[in-house]
Amino acid sequence: MISIENISKWYGDFQVLTDCTTHVGKGEVVVVCGPSGSGKSTLIKCVNGLEPVQQGRILVEDADVTAKGTNLTRLRSRIGMVFQHFELYPHMSVRENLCLGQQKVLVRSRDEANAKAEALISRVGLLPHIEKFPGQLSGGQQQRVAISRALAMDPIAMLFDEPTSALDPEMINEVLDVMVELAQDGMTMMVVTHEMGFARKVADRVVFMDAGRVVEDRATEEFFGNPESERAQDFLSKILNH
Amino acid sequence: MGDFDLSVIWNNLPFLWQGLQLSLWLTLLAVIGGIILGTGLALMRLSGIMPLALAAAGYVNLIRSVPLILVIFWFYFLVPLALGRPIGGFYSALIAFVMFEAAYYSEIIRAGIQSVRKGQVHAGQATGLSYWQIQRYVVLPQAFRNMIPILVTQGIILFQDTSLVFVVSLRDFMTASSIVARTEGRLAEMYIFAALVYFTICFAGSLFVRRLQKAKTA
Repeated sequence: MISIENISKWYGDFQVLTDCTTHVGKGEVVVVCGPSGSGKSTLIKCVNGLEPVQQGRILVEDADVTAKGTNLTRLRSRIGMVFQHFELYPHMSVRENLCLGQQKVLVRSRDEANAKAEALISRVGLLPHIEKFPGQLSGGQQQRVAISRALAMDPIAMLFDEPTSALDPEMINEVLDVMVELAQDGMTMMVVTHEMGFARKVADRVVFMDAGRVVEDRATEEFFGNPESERAQDFLSKILNH
Repeated sequence: MGDFDLSVIWNNLPFLWQGLQLSLWLTLLAVIGGIILGTGLALMRLSGIMPLALAAAGYVNLIRSVPLILVIFWFYFLVPLALGRPIGGFYSALIAFVMFEAAYYSEIIRAGIQSVRKGQVHAGQATGLSYWQIQRYVVLPQAFRNMIPILVTQGIILFQDTSLVFVVSLRDFMTASSIVARTEGRLAEMYIFAALVYFTICFAGSLFVRRLQKAKTA
């Protein structure tokens, strides 16, 4: 469903991505990990065109994200995205956050949008908070709202950019639980994360990146059981052994 | 100064009040018009579309390099030429103020828009909102919330600047005070009174701004 083919990207003279290739099949969960600065967040932002690439191409279903003339706005409305810092709209209530895209992009009626918002927000256990503003919620609650906001658009795939990195440790699990449930429901997901427990539990494949390159792209058990590259071994020993 | 006679104020109160109303109306309408036009200019400058950005930047730099009094003159003489009929001192002054203030407001609004985190734009883009929808529903509401104190401050400056409309023979509060001062021969009383009125209104405005800023940081 998502196919990333030999993409390279530069910020000025600095090359952030070098010849990256990977894919996410329908219903698959792919975890992207690697040391900070390895380009994993940049890679995932290229998938829905938030960041342009200079070489290679990215296909989502059959649409070419990187081609000129592609209707990016339409394409993005079909791919959900969750950010490290939530990025809920602070001047809108939880309900309004969930309804904006539904009403303005999908042109759903107010009632339809509200019903969808309420159903989704109940699923993450936050219905009593639906009239509150993001600033009144904890980080974990905000991220669960952000996931619901993305799901309200009925996406064909979901992108997660370090969804738990900005959270206090005690709130990480409430967000991961929602993501696990989503994965088990068959959602196509690409997840940038350091949460190796999550990767083990639900990922079909793990993509390991370092210095802007895809170093490993393998089935989850293989990756954890027998990482090929020294850099992945090193990374895993640092992240797992404490 | 032995005969300081305050009854001159009382006797001319309706006349002075008319002047003050004109000043306040002009300020209010110019603030509203300036913010609307200024928002347009700011969006043009940030649009990333070169001709739009350059046109807006050129306009802002031109206006900001010219004294306000000259702009008021321009429009007083130019607007009737352009329209082929006179529109009166009030409307020509109003247009001049709107055009002039828009240049200043656009810089304030541009900074306000840039103060909104880039992630907010990404969030809007990721749900498929268009550029204009993102500005309308996500960026501008947050930008204006951050900018209200500074917009009000600019409004206070504008209120003081309205005293320049005497050059197109409009009878604002300052002009009305001058007329009373000269016809009644009570210069000291009238100019002190005028200063007090301007001070009171502007100081109240500043207090209001300070409260807004407190509310924002709370």
